[in-house]
Amino acid sequence: MINSILKIENLSASYDDKVIIQNINLEFQKNKITAIMGPSGCGKTTLLRCLNRMHELTPNAKVSGKILLESTNLNDNFMELNSTDPILVRRRIGMVFQRPNPFPNLTIYQNVLAGYLLNGIKLKKQEADEIVEKHLNLVALWDEVKDNLKKHGTFLSGGQQQRLCIARALAMEPDVLLLDEPTSALDPISTQRIEDLIVELQKTVTIIIVTHNVGQAGRVSDFVAFLYLGDLIEYGLTDTIFTNPKNLQTEKFLTGKIS
Amino acid sequence: MKLKLLNDKVFKNILIITTSIVLLIGVAFFITLILESTSSISKFGFKFFTSTDWDPVFEKFGALPFIVGTLLTSFLSLLIAFPFTFAIMVVLGEYFTKGFISEVLRYLTELISSIPSVVIGLWGLFFLVPAVRFFQITFGLQPYGVGIFTASLLLAFMIIPYAASIAKDAMRLVPKDLKEAAYSLGATRWEVIKQVMIPYSRSGIVAGILLALGRALGETMTVTMVIGNSHFIPKNLFSPGNTIASVIANEFTEATGDLYLSSLIYLALVLFLITALINLLGKYILKKIQINH
Ligand SMILES: Nc1ncnc2c1ncn2[C@@H]1O[C@H](COP(=O)(O)OP(=O)(O)O)[C@@H](O)[C@H]1O
Ligand SMILES: [Mg+2]
Repeated sequence: MINSILKIENLSASYDDKVIIQNINLEFQKNKITAIMGPSGCGKTTLLRCLNRMHELTPNAKVSGKILLESTNLNDNFMELNSTDPILVRRRIGMVFQRPNPFPNLTIYQNVLAGYLLNGIKLKKQEADEIVEKHLNLVALWDEVKDNLKKHGTFLSGGQQQRLCIARALAMEPDVLLLDEPTSALDPISTQRIEDLIVELQKTVTIIIVTHNVGQAGRVSDFVAFLYLGDLIEYGLTDTIFTNPKNLQTEKFLTGKIS
Repeated sequence: MKLKLLNDKVFKNILIITTSIVLLIGVAFFITLILESTSSISKFGFKFFTSTDWDPVFEKFGALPFIVGTLLTSFLSLLIAFPFTFAIMVVLGEYFTKGFISEVLRYLTELISSIPSVVIGLWGLFFLVPAVRFFQITFGLQPYGVGIFTASLLLAFMIIPYAASIAKDAMRLVPKDLKEAAYSLGATRWEVIKQVMIPYSRSGIVAGILLALGRALGETMTVTMVIGNSHFIPKNLFSPGNTIASVIANEFTEATGDLYLSSLIYLALVLFLITALINLLGKYILKKIQINH
């Protein structure tokens, strides 16, 4: 059964009239992992940042086209993100960045709750404790940090910091989680742990992961979209595309001939 | 090879010598202050800090009114400067980091800080003093015009560019990563400024405030011109008063007796100590609020 949670229609994005991605049509399946892959500079980050309306924060950035998110309201099936308050969009679509970026002035505990703190949402102590424990458990960090919750997160390893950032995004209970090359700054062991975590998380959240690492896309994703020079070249089940790419560019990328 | 080593040695020695000279001058400066004020110190001792008499005719000298005046004007000016500094910091540090408006504002603030203090003093005398007097008449206060409040207003105007320029630099140094993390969690721009940028740059902001305070404590010319030069403890914020720096500037040339002169130098020593103390306190605060513990 096909069950889309997020749809992109004719999406184009540009910086200073320099078109970065053009006319992209794509649907993301609920509780599946979709990898967006493609060589450096092809517009993967830009595409991802359109999805939670972060692209428009850059001065002179433009977007056109439609992005539709499954509505929480039973009457409409989808809501259009361009006409939704970006604050609400970003609460339903969380994001994890290329480099781990926990807030250095906050403790580990506060970092998990950062979304609530920033938005001025008051929580009871018990509620807050529960959210922290649940999400640190979800990213398999609880046992490692439970005795240091009141410390600042800066002593954590890169991989631990990135998992803390994932917990921070998940704590807002988003429907979709965007990950922008979340392991590109990490060592192989941390990378492995995060990949395992991502596969685990798909039960709770729909995941869209950008990667320029073919192996990673193959290991974690159910679907892949291959982007090249701002165009969506090919989209489909990961197994199908990896074994039988239709497009020559896709095949070249998969075999490491372009990167 | 040998020549290179020799060069290295020579260079190192030059560095050591020049550094020592500067240090020596600093020490000599302090020693001179103490030596020259010895007769006043031995006569008045710690009572100098608590006595309110400043009477050159009867050779009675006490610094309290000037200490009070100095601290009052400095901190009041800081208080007045704060909202403006904050606004400039946010506008230049986040909203307009480049482009026309940023340049114009930056140019204006730099312009203010380059006006000679005597010119600011004159402007204060001819514009601010009558304005304050008008205000005092309207509200039924003693129409001095000059006084602690006027001096603080003028000082505030002078220190805003200093504090704002450092604070805004600190704001601009906040990593883009952190701002984006906050936006991605649904924060508004104001929430990002308040919860991410200001906490992250607070040591820079405090440094800016300290620099401004240092400037306010030592500023002489402007203050002397509009503070009213009264030797009494100010009754309220609109009363005339005096600061340590302005008493020294005013009376040094006419100080006839040895004890008078020695007391003025004692005053200088007190100002030096106040400044040093505030600096130490600032260092302590800065250390306390450093990001990584
Ligand atoms: N803020 C920006 N201003 C102008 N051009 C940008 C900006 N960010 C990215 N670009 C350009 O957009 C293109 C795509 O970038 P990006 O989406 O980051 O690619 P990827 O994530 O696939 O490596 C690149 O050519 C990059 O130079
Ligand atoms: Mg990228």
